Amino acid sequence: MGAMEKAASYRFDLTRYAWVRRLLTSRWPQFILRAVTLAGFMLVILTGFIGSPVGSRNFAVMFVWIAWWSALKLIMLPFGGRVWCSICPIPMPGEWLQQGWLVKPGGKKFNLGLRWPRRLRNTWLQSAGFAAIGLFSALALTTPVVTAWIFVGLIIVAVVVSVVFEQRSFCRYLCPMGGFIGLYATMAPLELRPQPDLTSVEKGAAVREWPRGCPWINNPAALKANANCGLCLECLRTESGESMALNARSFDAELGQPGAFRLDEAFLSLGLLGSVMIYSAVFQGPWGALKNAALYAGSPAWWGFAAFFLLTSFGLLPALLAGVSALVRRTGNLGQPLQMVFTRFSRALLPLGLLSWIAFTVSFAFGKMAYLWPVLSDPFGWGWNLFGTAAVEWQPYLLNATPVIEAVLLVAGLIWSGRTVLKTAGQLGVRGERRWAAAPVLLFALAGTLILLWLLIG
Amino acid sequence: MEKLAKSLVVVLILLVVAVPLLGRLTTSQPEIVELRARMPENGGWSQEFIYGQVDVPIKLRMTSDDVVHGFALGQSSQPSVEIFPGKFSNAELIFDQPGEYTFYCTRWCGANHWRMRGTIVIEGPTTADQPTSVPPLFLQLGLDLDAPHLARVIPQNRPDSARARARANALPAGLTDGDTIWSNSPEALWIDLKADEALDDQVIWDMVAWGLNQQGSPGWLEQGRELYTQNCLACHGESGKGDGVMVRDLPPMNHDKMGSEATRPPDFSDPAVLLGASPALLEGKIIRGGMGTGMPYWGNIFTSEQIRSLVLYLYRFQMELTEKP
Repeated sequence: MGAMEKAASYRFDLTRYAWVRRLLTSRWPQFILRAVTLAGFMLVILTGFIGSPVGSRNFAVMFVWIAWWSALKLIMLPFGGRVWCSICPIPMPGEWLQQGWLVKPGGKKFNLGLRWPRRLRNTWLQSAGFAAIGLFSALALTTPVVTAWIFVGLIIVAVVVSVVFEQRSFCRYLCPMGGFIGLYATMAPLELRPQPDLTSVEKGAAVREWPRGCPWINNPAALKANANCGLCLECLRTESGESMALNARSFDAELGQPGAFRLDEAFLSLGLLGSVMIYSAVFQGPWGALKNAALYAGSPAWWGFAAFFLLTSFGLLPALLAGVSALVRRTGNLGQPLQMVFTRFSRALLPLGLLSWIAFTVSFAFGKMAYLWPVLSDPFGWGWNLFGTAAVEWQPYLLNATPVIEAVLLVAGLIWSGRTVLKTAGQLGVRGERRWAAAPVLLFALAGTLILLWLLIG
Repeated sequence: MEKLAKSLVVVLILLVVAVPLLGRLTTSQPEIVELRARMPENGGWSQEFIYGQVDVPIKLRMTSDDVVHGFALGQSSQPSVEIFPGKFSNAELIFDQPGEYTFYCTRWCGANHWRMRGTIVIEGPTTADQPTSVPPLFLQLGLDLDAPHLARVIPQNRPDSARARARANALPAGLTDGDTIWSNSPEALWIDLKADEALDDQVIWDMVAWGLNQQGSPGWLEQGRELYTQNCLACHGESGKGDGVMVRDLPPMNHDKMGSEATRPPDFSDPAVLLGASPALLEGKIIRGGMGTGMPYWGNIFTSEQIRSLVLYLYRFQMELTEKP
């Protein structure tokens, strides 16, 4: 193991401190946070339906798309991975019905308990959901009632799925945000894992215990990736909970290691990279016709936008990377199937995707964050002034600094992805004199970075 | 423990629902009329009618649900009030006479902006003697506003009132008679003068322009320009060609079928259009509107003086008229 991989595998068990473990094994802190976020999202729905239809003056739009969505991408996801999933209120009503309890197991269950269809145990539906929200994003960002309907829809679907299927099937296989968060949680410096020195006897005991203990339908004893662990912490609360640890780790700890990546995950990875480019063009670009096309859902122009969005994100980018992967496979004289080469390079591009989303969020959120103060005092846009901030005028924050921050983030994403591409190429067998064979993938990443630099900074 | 958790969830949700609704109920002020402005496609004014009493102030609290709008009272000299999305603007109105007053949007908020009108109905006793209303001239003359009125006599050059001013002492007395000027088209005036005066054709056109110029009250040019820019230009176009941004998708006007369909406005740069139309006819069109052509009525928005200034301003598309006669 090289020095870089040793550094990448650094981990620090946070649960070695008794007070941390006590805090995490108690369901109350997490429950209280979820109850508060549930109330927050109820307010989102209420303001969306009965508040001002002016997006910039409505709590629903400002809270969801400026505060929450930005905090998710800037803080929660890069530093906590799926930490949002652990306090997400969307599945809460469904879980309450399904399990019959909130903090203390027991009570009457209301659940058919079906297993999620085998063919759908992947991220395809999550990709579709994320793309669907993306197609209506301009509308949702300007129309509070659309935002409210999105959340009502998510809660209804979550309740139905919770009643029909087992555990948190909704979160794992359907939630549009779940796919996005899960994929990029790979690079988070936080993980829930079995203790490294677990004996086979302890593992066996844990496996018998954990099916009840993991609502995300994992076998925690074999947990190696962040993507499907929702940090719900239930495994810590079982009798075998001592066998699990919440680790702080380096950002590259998981991505730096060889890891399987399915075709659906590869498409999601590239779809998210394509999406952020299109979001950047729509929201930060100077093209009024494109903004109008994205806004007027159902119009002929919108159908053109939808086709462009889907074909670019889920057609063009995967096709380009597949071509590039075929070139690498040929020039690098690799024996692995093309699909494996393609999916592994898709995984290597995750850092560029994540940092592109963060860069986009910096440009988007800091420009609009000042709208938050008036809606805090006047969430419904009814002319209230609860905290004296209703008249705060809009002004963009960090106007001069954001281009620099965005450029640094994008270059960092390129370097991180570049390193990962080279490492991945090495793992695939591109070594020695043929090392240059990975250059097309690096050029692919460079082209993506340049496009984003152009879109965001100009 | 479980009961406590469930109660907490229920209480939080109830709080979220109850607090704003209670707040809404307790802070609502029945004496204030909340008026929401929306593009006509989104519903227009939230209240089409506002009711009030003579000498009792009406307090308006206005906000926009989409783009920037403006609020103004028709036939009033009060400045309009800007209405911004998400912000509240206040206005207080007081009426000393019963009647119906038109309020309207003053900002080009969309293709159907001109439909954004509402009515304030004021009830109560009449507190002062009301002047007897005189029917507008086009009604007194019994003009058919939709009949073709294209001029057949066209000047060689653009008529210029300044050129005629040089011979002001020799101009016929009829050219200063308001009724004569307002009742006849420039072409009709030219034909009358041509029969009486042995003058060059162009000189007579200049005299007609001078006659029209005499009708302007002080400030008419600026007032007409402002009214045209704010209210007419979007359809009639900057140069009066009838090519404004709001009508570019409509078919050109057919002068033989005026009023039968929504068309582009007439082309004021065509001398036949304006020189064949009397001031009374133009005044009538502005008051009544296009009746099916898509042109709104302005009779209850503009004052008589404003309409006359606007009529004279329209003739500037064919003549040199100036503020100083």
